[in-house]
Amino acid sequence: MSPKLRPWSVAFWLLAWQGGSMALAAAVPNGELLLASPVLAAARLLELLPSPAFWRAVGNSSLRIFGGFLLSCALAALLASLAAGRSWLQDLLAPPVAAVKAVPVASFIILALVWLDARSLSLFISALMVFPPVYLNVLEGLQGTDRKLLELAQVYRIPLRRQIWGIYVPQTLPYFRSASSLALGLCWKAGAAAEIIGLPAGTIGERLYTAKIYLQTPDLFAWTAVILFLAAGFERLFLAAVDGLARKAGL
Amino acid sequence: MEIHVESLCKSYAGKPVLANLTAVFRPGITCIAAPSGTGKTTLLRLLLGLDSPDAGIIRGADHRWAAVFQEDRLLEDLSAIGNLRFALGQIPEEAGALLARLGLELLDPNPVREWSGGMRRRLALARALLAPSEALALDEPFTGLDKENRSRCLELILEREKGKPVLLATHDLTGLEDAPVLFLSNT
Repeated sequence: MSPKLRPWSVAFWLLAWQGGSMALAAAVPNGELLLASPVLAAARLLELLPSPAFWRAVGNSSLRIFGGFLLSCALAALLASLAAGRSWLQDLLAPPVAAVKAVPVASFIILALVWLDARSLSLFISALMVFPPVYLNVLEGLQGTDRKLLELAQVYRIPLRRQIWGIYVPQTLPYFRSASSLALGLCWKAGAAAEIIGLPAGTIGERLYTAKIYLQTPDLFAWTAVILFLAAGFERLFLAAVDGLARKAGL
Repeated sequence: MEIHVESLCKSYAGKPVLANLTAVFRPGITCIAAPSGTGKTTLLRLLLGLDSPDAGIIRGADHRWAAVFQEDRLLEDLSAIGNLRFALGQIPEEAGALLARLGLELLDPNPVREWSGGMRRRLALARALLAPSEALALDEPFTGLDKENRSRCLELILEREKGKPVLLATHDLTGLEDAPVLFLSNT
């Protein structure tokens, strides 16, 4: 089990960051440009919040990155369901899944830039990163389905729809839940990286890149914090929806 | 309706479990008695269409079956009503009364994972008795039941299953003295 984020440990590292930033500012001319303090970053974030451009960037990035996540989840779940009883399909999908897992995301981003316009890039890249964990976990869940319950369903002539809710969903949902939690983190990291390289107008990635060019380190940290909040917020929302589904399935 | 099996053979990993079995199962209870490992469950699985015979013919088994398996095969996280709804779709009107006769409560909200072994077994039997069926396969349905619950279950089986073949695999024939018995053995 991974250690929990405790308020005291978060406070410790924020204080360390603040101390480091103050020490650098004192030691080096314009040192605050090298490492903006958390106070400055938070102040900058508060300045950004009322601006419509901020919300446009948040909306554009969220739509593409979370959209890529949802599309990929749907495709991964569909292909895992088809592959569960077909070893040839599992074998066919194994090389691309292994390639996506192993190849650095930057290589895919640059390659995808050749094929796609910058606006679709983050959607494609986040979808690509989400696919392997969701596909592999859902497949594992489906392969672990209780054969005895499937025999029961066969004898009692239970319709497929009821089998899905009664047998497959409860069996697969825990696997899907842990995979989607991991994949949501991955897709925000990869999606933001794609935006920084592709520079689609009016996105968080573009704002991060601009902050880097003009050495606006408070902006850099503020936008990074926005990505963290968005990733955590979407993860909570999505997992709450998955838990709602679990309750519906009687789990 | 009758179920005929002719020259039925089935082996697992080269070991014969059923060898040249011929039998007729008529409406009413037929007991299948045998020491463990001598093919009771295998015969029921073949009749239910869950396995294919190596040789031989089964006639009349393409009817609608309901079954109690060797294991309870319940959805652990669901309540009694959830399990019945899963297997049967609609809850029959008589479900509450039938479960009550078996000493169970239809509206018990607890998941069956929290039930005792005997209660789970009785629920598995209730599910089979409530399901629309033309034949019944009951594999050791009284496992884990005390005398009182066993006789309650048997009474219900006898009462409800007239007119359809009921194959009852058991090693305890108490109360079933009038039923025909098929003895299976490896020899």
